[in-house]
Amino acid sequence: MTDYTKYLTSQVTLGQMNRREFMGRAAAFGITLAVAGTMFDTAAKAQEPKRGGALKLGLEGAAATDSKDPAKALSQFMFVVGRNWGDMLVESEPLTGKPVPALAESWEPSADASTWTFAIRKGVKFHDGKELTVDDVIKTLQRHTDEKSESGALGVMKSIKEIKADGDKLVLVLTEGNADLPLLLTDYHLVIQPNGGLDDPNAMIGTGPYKVTSFEAGVRATFERNADDWRQDRGFVDSIEMIAMNDATARIAALSSGQVHYINRVDPKTVDLLKRAPTVDILSTSGRGHYVFIMHCNTAPFDNNDLRLALKYAMDRETMLEKVLGGYGKIGNDFPINETYALFPEGIEQRAYDPDKAAFHYKKSGHSGSVLLRTSDVAFPGAVDAAVLYQESAKKAGIEIEVKREPGDGYWSNVWNVQPFSTSYWGGRPTQDQMYSTAYLSKADWNDTRFLREDFDKMVLEARSELDEAKRKEMYRTMAMMVRDEGGLILPMFNDFVNACGKNVKGYVHDIGNDMSNGYVATRVWLDA
Amino acid sequence: MTGRGPAHGPELTATTTAGEAPQSVGVAGSVASTGAPFNEGSPSFWAKLSKSSPLAALILQRLALSVALLFAVSLMIFGGVEALPGDFATTYLGQSATPQAIENIRKDLGLDQPATTRYFKWLGGAVQGDFGNSWASKNSVSEQIGKRLGNSLFLAFFAAIISVPLAVGLGMLAVQYRNRLPDKIINVISLAAISLPEFFVGYLLILFFAVQMGVATFPATVYESMTIGQRLSAIALPTATLVLVVLAHMMRMTRAAILNVMSSAYVETAELKGLGSLRVIAKHAAPNALAPVINVIALNLAYLVVGVVVVEVVFVYPGMGQYMVDAVTVRDMPVVQACGLIFAAFYIFLNMFADILAIIANPRLRHPR
Repeated sequence: MTDYTKYLTSQVTLGQMNRREFMGRAAAFGITLAVAGTMFDTAAKAQEPKRGGALKLGLEGAAATDSKDPAKALSQFMFVVGRNWGDMLVESEPLTGKPVPALAESWEPSADASTWTFAIRKGVKFHDGKELTVDDVIKTLQRHTDEKSESGALGVMKSIKEIKADGDKLVLVLTEGNADLPLLLTDYHLVIQPNGGLDDPNAMIGTGPYKVTSFEAGVRATFERNADDWRQDRGFVDSIEMIAMNDATARIAALSSGQVHYINRVDPKTVDLLKRAPTVDILSTSGRGHYVFIMHCNTAPFDNNDLRLALKYAMDRETMLEKVLGGYGKIGNDFPINETYALFPEGIEQRAYDPDKAAFHYKKSGHSGSVLLRTSDVAFPGAVDAAVLYQESAKKAGIEIEVKREPGDGYWSNVWNVQPFSTSYWGGRPTQDQMYSTAYLSKADWNDTRFLREDFDKMVLEARSELDEAKRKEMYRTMAMMVRDEGGLILPMFNDFVNACGKNVKGYVHDIGNDMSNGYVATRVWLDA
Repeated sequence: MTGRGPAHGPELTATTTAGEAPQSVGVAGSVASTGAPFNEGSPSFWAKLSKSSPLAALILQRLALSVALLFAVSLMIFGGVEALPGDFATTYLGQSATPQAIENIRKDLGLDQPATTRYFKWLGGAVQGDFGNSWASKNSVSEQIGKRLGNSLFLAFFAAIISVPLAVGLGMLAVQYRNRLPDKIINVISLAAISLPEFFVGYLLILFFAVQMGVATFPATVYESMTIGQRLSAIALPTATLVLVVLAHMMRMTRAAILNVMSSAYVETAELKGLGSLRVIAKHAAPNALAPVINVIALNLAYLVVGVVVVEVVFVYPGMGQYMVDAVTVRDMPVVQACGLIFAAFYIFLNMFADILAIIANPRLRHPR
């Protein structure tokens, strides 16, 4: 099935498209009516969720050092925990990535997108019986923007100048216009807590579909269904048990022996073996995370754009994707955005492996001798293999790359963003603006390619406050071209999120927002006994 | 060669034992030599004590040494974690850190102060029994360690009560049938088990007993609301793995030590007077082979408590090892220090215990000249 029909059927499964609309769209896509009818029926059958049962998840990423405070949530495990017990103001639509209401019922920007007014949902109760008020929301956001805050969302929140109430509405005043503000509020750290969590940030009391019944850091977390949940389209299983499993083989063994229903982080190297197990489904979702080779544009010899282009053309992306990710990913085009982002600039020519062009630009750059590439397996899984593959493909273009393997411990503080040419990993950001602002603005702390372009910086700011989507899209296209053709980024591939579940798990939503159905896996699936 | 005339056995052994014990000499020598400096340094009280009750003297001396050792260990752990690249704030936040958040955490935890100040501050608390709070989770270290240590000891205890008698028993059997088929089978199987890495043994057991046959519980996660029966069923596979891993070492040491004694004259005497061979091994040879066996057992017990992090990870068992590794990854100093001290204390205590048992087992050490 193509991506588009997959999208259509999942819309049906989500209950967001009726038969007529589905048939119309499918026909427009060239699917015959008979086929479309069957597809609709299958999708619709899958739509009726069953309530009840105890869901067990075996997840990588937990540690004894995990904090219960959502502001400090870092691991994959705590990401899901927070989504289970709490709600944000805004959620992102799983298939389009557009903002949809959660605890905020609706919102309205000012003309320059610098002041936003949010209507807060009424009649929502916290797990302790208290009713949600605009005051709780304000306190929560304040706790995350506080100068002394240790919140992981601090970077996202720092553009907010003022947080105030207008009657029972929330008003956010920004330092500059930002058309993407609602999407920023989907950040998983920003769980709305009673009194903003100021009384007890570790209480794990929220408005989510599940109440925490026990929690032991790095070991296990259990939940029971919140009978007073304000939403009916989620929270299907009666209870959830999350078990910390940091060993990849242990996760696979637990899933294939039926001890857990769902595992995350399936190693691409073993996924084909797991696929053979009769009781297991592989869940592969396109993601925004990407594996990168980064050059500092202001450091010799990488300050020469011809050398940068030579190195970009010397990358054999297809082989890299096949060998390092086992095919579970999409090839990249040297700018950090893919089609999962809203306003993705379509139709930019795919850069391919071209030893001749690489040799041409290499000669033009006048560089001689080898180029030193630093890498480590913590940069991304298989980074050392990837570096060696790259060395081979570059050799065919007459470029000599010296691969230096660095210790994994301290790689992020001593090599990444310090040395001029290294391997790294980027997780996605909720919006294109966030991605470019985090790593490509001249003044960004994480400008790890040292991309210093005033015209680019100006365009990022302009696009941010532009409410006209067509104009915005055009700007993002120009920005993508700048990074692709003049930046220091070599982006061979975007990695898919590869998870797996038992065949009795139904209703899994492939969410482009983030891994594990954007963390909502446990609240969205149901068990088919 | 079945048991006849057992009545005279014990007396005979008692007299001959004192005379012949080649294996124990080494231990006797080492104990005497470590005691020596104290003898010279404080002649009156210490000399008297070590003369009148060498056991008490030894325990006192070891206790004093272990305090000094623990102090040294804490210094080394602190130095080691300091020497690792990156501090708590940067590693905890990882790639997703903002400079502001890093600054906030550093100030909050006092990481901006010099290392010596921080070390003595920590030491001051630790001496008073306050290990502080974990930097990452802000929970009390003692409380968290209490749970994890309990889990580790639970697993180690069951692995020990199965593996120690089994190893000693198999060792004796191997001596009894030495160089015959049962000896060879025991040797080959136990050597095979020790040669395979422990995670591999673990995976094999999981594959057969959990995935294919579906009879064993996996994962082995234990938590508070579990009944003792559920707990035992959960630890069955990790216990089996640990038993397989430590068995060979103890078994072979038992076999070697007993064989050594078996060549002595008094064993020949015992055989000549018509004792059954198993009886000769158990009653006459084994007591004289005890010292080295005890030492090996002590080392393996220590390993069962402090060295099983790989098994914990494979079986998803929440023990101390996993806890310490988690803490080291983010440089959570209070937790690393506390875990390190507890591990060191276990090693020191078990070794001391082994020495004391060796002395009790050998009368010549109890009454040195």
